[in-house]
Parts: sequence; C-alpha cells; structure tokens
Amino acid sequence: MNARAGVPALHAEGVVKRYGPVTALDQVTLRVAPGECVALVGESGSGKTTLLRCFNAMVSLDSGSVRVGDRDARADDPVALRRSLGYVQQDGGLVPHWTVRRNVALVPWLRGEADADERARSVLELVGLPDDAFGGRYPRELSGGQRQRVALARALAHGPEVILLDEPFGALDAITRSDLQRAFSDLVGRLGVTVLLVTHDLREAMLLADRVAVLREGRIERVAASDDLRRDPGDGYVGALFRRAGVA
Amino acid sequence: MRRTVLPVLAGLALGGAAHGQEPAPPAPPPAAERPVVVGTKIFAESYVLGELFAQILEARGIPVDRRPALGATEIAFQALLAGEIDVYPEYTGTGLLAILGEAPPADRGAAFRRVREAFRSRWGVRWLPPLGFENTYAMAVRPGTADSLGLRTLSDLAEVAPRLTAGFSPDFIGRDDGLPGLRDAYGLEPGDVRSLLQAVKYQALVQGEVDVIDGYSTDGQIARYGVRVLADDRGFFPPYDAAALVGRRLADERPEAVAALTELSGLLDAPTMRELNRRVEVDGDDPAVVAADALRALGLADDGGRARAAGRDRSGSFLDYLWSGRAETWAQTRRHLLLVILSLSAGVMVAVPLGLALERVRGAAEGVIRAVGVLQTVPSIALLAFMIPVLGIGVAPAVTALFLYSLFPMLRNTYSGVRDADPAAVASARALGMTEWQLLRYVRLPLAAPVIMAGVRTAAVINVGTATLAAFIGAGGLGDPIVAGLTLSDTWMILSGAVPAAVLALIVDGGLAVAEKAVSPRGVA
Repeated sequence: MNARAGVPALHAEGVVKRYGPVTALDQVTLRVAPGECVALVGESGSGKTTLLRCFNAMVSLDSGSVRVGDRDARADDPVALRRSLGYVQQDGGLVPHWTVRRNVALVPWLRGEADADERARSVLELVGLPDDAFGGRYPRELSGGQRQRVALARALAHGPEVILLDEPFGALDAITRSDLQRAFSDLVGRLGVTVLLVTHDLREAMLLADRVAVLREGRIERVAASDDLRRDPGDGYVGALFRRAGVA
Repeated sequence: MRRTVLPVLAGLALGGAAHGQEPAPPAPPPAAERPVVVGTKIFAESYVLGELFAQILEARGIPVDRRPALGATEIAFQALLAGEIDVYPEYTGTGLLAILGEAPPADRGAAFRRVREAFRSRWGVRWLPPLGFENTYAMAVRPGTADSLGLRTLSDLAEVAPRLTAGFSPDFIGRDDGLPGLRDAYGLEPGDVRSLLQAVKYQALVQGEVDVIDGYSTDGQIARYGVRVLADDRGFFPPYDAAALVGRRLADERPEAVAALTELSGLLDAPTMRELNRRVEVDGDDPAVVAADALRALGLADDGGRARAAGRDRSGSFLDYLWSGRAETWAQTRRHLLLVILSLSAGVMVAVPLGLALERVRGAAEGVIRAVGVLQTVPSIALLAFMIPVLGIGVAPAVTALFLYSLFPMLRNTYSGVRDADPAAVASARALGMTEWQLLRYVRLPLAAPVIMAGVRTAAVINVGTATLAAFIGAGGLGDPIVAGLTLSDTWMILSGAVPAAVLALIVDGGLAVAEKAVSPRGVA
C-alpha cells in the first residue's frame, strides 16, 4: 500500500464511450483513493453502470484512459485484470450448477491457487454463511439475501484490493437489504478494500459511501462527500434529485 | 459411454452384413460364387417376376441375393447401372419412354428390338427375350360411372374428364407415356388429380374417393373388384412387354445365369400373369410361394423352391405371426438401429460443433439454421432418389439422407441452448475473469446439455420413423415389411414392420430421456 501512496486505486480520465449515436460517457473523470468507498448514482441511462464496467475492461473506450492502481485497463490483458478485481451484480450471477463453495472458489481457482477451497471456506464464514451448513448447497437452495452474500464472498475470495458492485442489494426486500448493507459496511471496513458501488438508491449511497458521484446524461454532475451532500444538496439538478428521493 | 457403444455398433454392423443373404464366407469368393443380385420395383407383379428370376437361378444352383422394392424406375435402373443389382424385371415401353426418352413404335417387336439395341450400345445392359405378356396401362372406372356416363373408350373418358377426380401413381402423373401423353393424344384433362400408390388405388376407386385410376392390364385387382377397363381407341399406350433387364457385369461374366433367366422367356402369357398377380394381390399369398408354384407348373423347378419359400404361418393370431417371424424382425430391427445410430452420430458430430460456432457469429446463425431447416422440407423419397447416382443404393445413401434430416433439431437446440444459458451467470463469470473457452466449457455447455440432448432425442425419433423409407433404396430395416406389405395390401406384414418400429421409437425416446436427465447438471431444476 505504501509504495502506491498518492496513486488512486481507480482513475478514469476524460473517458468517452459512445453506443452508435448515443454518448453514454462524455469526458468523465473520476479518482477513487485506496480504501475509499465511492457510490455512483443517477437516473436510469445516466451512464453509471457503463462507467463501472470500464474499470474491469468490460467496456472498450472511445477515448480517455482508465487505470486500476498502476495498471492501464486498456493495455493490460483484460482477463488478468478481471481476476485481480471483485465483482458483484444485482441478481448475483452465481453459476447455477455449481455448489456455493465452488462458486466462491471461482477466482482463486481461475488464478490457479492451490488453496482455493480453503479460501472459499474462510470467506464464507466472513459473510455469515458457515461452510458446513452452506458450502455444499446449490444457489437455488438459498434465499435471495443468502445468494447475494455468496456473490459478495465470491468477489472477496481472492483478496482483491478493489471490488466493483453493480446494484448488489437492488433486488432484495427492505429488511434483508438493510441487514446486508450493515454486514457489508462492517466487512469492507475491516478488510480496507476499495469499493466502487453503483446504486439507484440515494439512501444506500449516503449510508455506505465516503463520497458520492452523481451522473447525468453521461457526465459527472457533482462529486462530494456524503456528509456534505446530506447537509447541502444545493439548488440545481442534484438538489432536485435528492429532494425527489426524500433524502434531503 | 465409449466402452458400451462400440461393441453395440460392431454387433449391428455384423448383423447388418448378414441381412438377407448367406453369411459371408471368410475369403473373397470367386466370381462364379458371387450371388446374383435380383432387384424389383414396388408392385406385386415386379415382386412375382423377381421371385421367378431368383428361384430359377437357385434351381440351377446359382446363389441369389434379393433386393426387392427399389422404388420407381429411376431408382431400379440407376441401381442396375451402378452394379448394385444384376437383374430386374422391366417393360419395353418404360425402357423407351422413361429411360431412353424416345417415342415408342406401335409394334411390339419393333419396340423390343429398339430397346435391345439402344441399351446394349449405350450401357452394355442386356434385355433378355420377352417373358410373353404385355402389361400396359389400363384406365379403369367404376361400372356405375361407365354406365351412367356411357364410357367405353378413352375418347369417351376425355369428354367427361373435367368432371372427374383421377387417382394416379406418382410416376404416371409425370411420365410422357402417362398423363402428359394422354393430354396430348386425347385431350384428357381430369378435374382433379390425386397421387395414389398402387396398393390403395382400387380401394379408393371402389369407395368413390376417386372416379378413374390408372392400372395395369395384368392387375389381379381388376377381376376382383369388377371395375371397367376403357379401350385405348387411338392406340396411345406403347407396347409394354415384360423382360429381364440384365446388368453389364452379369451379361458379360455369367453366361450360365443368363441362360437360366432366359428359360423363362415366352412362357408367361397375360392370363397366367394375371392369375399369379391375383393370388398375391387378392388372396394375399406370398410372392415367393406363388412364384415357386408357377415354376413347378411350368416344369422348370421341383418342390424345392416351394419348400424354401413356404410363407409365414397365418393360422394363429397376429402375435403368433409376429413371433414366427421374430428372427427376421430382429435382423430388420438391428439393421434399422444401425441406420439410425450411424446417421445420428454423424449428425451430432456436425450439428453440435456447428451450433457452437454459430453462437459466436450470431448474425449468420438464423440464416444457416433456416437453410438447414429447408432440408427438412425435401420429401424423403426425393432426397433418397437424388443420392442414388452418387452413392448407389443400400446403406450409404440411406444413412446420408437420415444424417441430413437429423441436423436441424440438433443444430437449433445447440445454438439456442448455448445462447440462452443463464445470461446473468455468464456475464458475472466473464466479469470475474473466465475466458470465452472456460465459459463455454464450464458454464454454457453444461447448462445447455439437456437442451442439446433434447434435440438429439427429437432427431433420433424422427430418424427411427424416416428410416422405414430406407427400404425403398434397398437399405433394409423395418421398412422392408412395411413397403412389401403396402404393395401386397397385407396388413399383418405392414404391422410386422410398423409395430416394432413404433416400439423402437418409444425405446429410443425413453433411453434418450434418461440420458437427458443424466446430463442435466445438478442444482438446476
């Protein structure tokens, strides 16, 4: 960590991405410091998921640069880059015919690590799903909340420095979601991992993130610390958005 | 899997080789020992004549391999040219019109001399002297129709034809000496023309489904149903003298076989032939038995042929009949299964990789799958006929046709199975660093396996059904008794092929259902 002091964990600079006539990202610049949790919020189609997916090379840029630590996301081998990051999406995306343990061991196994199963066991413990009770089950034998815990465990099993989360709690009922948010908060705090979180839920963003970036039609409208935003969302687009959501 | 399949295949291949002939001797036999292959077309008279050829050869100590029911003229003649068969019964008029494409002379002798010269110089194929009877076309109507409309001749028929429905054989409808020629000669234009097989034609006429049919002047059914034959008052139908048509190799190398076949020349007149046909078509006697009786009556053979040809016991129930033929049915079933397994394995080896490849280039996928689907619409008989010039007759063209039919369901299921396999799981696994190959190997293929297997299952059941048509090109299988039974209007014979084929389809379907379950990954509903 010390060797990289001053280097952002995630750094997008002047990123442009077009889909045909639509400009999904327009000159976007964002830095995320090591250990920081940044939330990307905005309305549907604002470009938040596209921006997230630039960091694991799932989206190819039209121009600009994306760096993960000291690595260039455009130049590096995308498969190797992805195996160094964690990733969770809304509906878990667990492999349905694999057991929970094998799902969690996925990335360590892809990286050829001999102790993949051991890692899976210990990280399952961390997310509150002890291996002896849950490791041998299949995803469809779990509840929605348990599946998202497994997906989170899978994203952490190889000890990544950065995890990318795309609406990880979006499909859950309110009680399960709040349980999971609390567990997540504890966990990333303990592990000191850098988090980039896409969410449509402004409360969730304020609760979990150190800073919030608001996107609007492919541009970053405002980036601010959660506390500042809560105190003063302002009068413009962001303020209107927050008032509409009843957060401010 | 591999360990169990190979011996099964080997067993089938051995069983297949033994089908319908003597067990193969260990060393290649000298030319004279090679069995003479006797073919026939698909109608009762052709069967009887084929049996007469076969039994006179056997009576002279020459081994015979029978290849009955070779479809229409084109199939039988192509098989003769290709050396797949050595001899089959043909008619001079057919030789002139359907094969040479020439207008026939009205005189019987001139017609025979013309085909003899033309076939010898063009293909080295030899017409033996005619058997003695003519089997020309006969247009028949119900007596009631004839009386109420005052029909005696084809000229009379032409005047009322637009009000009538005709039931004609598929080849009669298309041949110059059939319907097109009648149009030119008589202006005969039926209001509606249905394509009917010989086996059901007379019944359709008598029951009023159609009003006029094409028959043959030696049909036993004419007498049975008392239908009225109209006179060919303009002498349109060409001479149709029956004779043995002998392939080049037999003609050149086997004078003793040619001599034996020639013994029949001139001995069969039309009443004799009609009587033999009646026994087969109306009484349901086995053509082999009828032929044996005829040879004995002609003084050409002793009782040996009859003993060999003794038909299956029909005194008991249908189940007794089936049981008495179990050895034959088992051999046909094994041959049938061989056709299905060979074609299906080849189909899997092509359709599954192609389906996976198409998933990578989805733009082209729909076009390719649709093109393969068009194959499905080619009528099986047409597809089989196309293959004879290239692949001859027998197992090769049958397996090729079945292979082509099996592709579509397997290709479609492979493509959509892999394309639709759990998109969220695929997206996540890719984002976590699986390569495309790993995604295919560990996620998409296992999830698609039951869908692919369902495609294999569909193809297998279709193939079990379609393989019955392989009998038309001499590939054997359970289609043999079905085709022969249809020709002879013999329901038991039809069922002795159809019932095992249906049972086979159920067993194959059940077996593959188990396989489908076995390849379904755990944890997936």
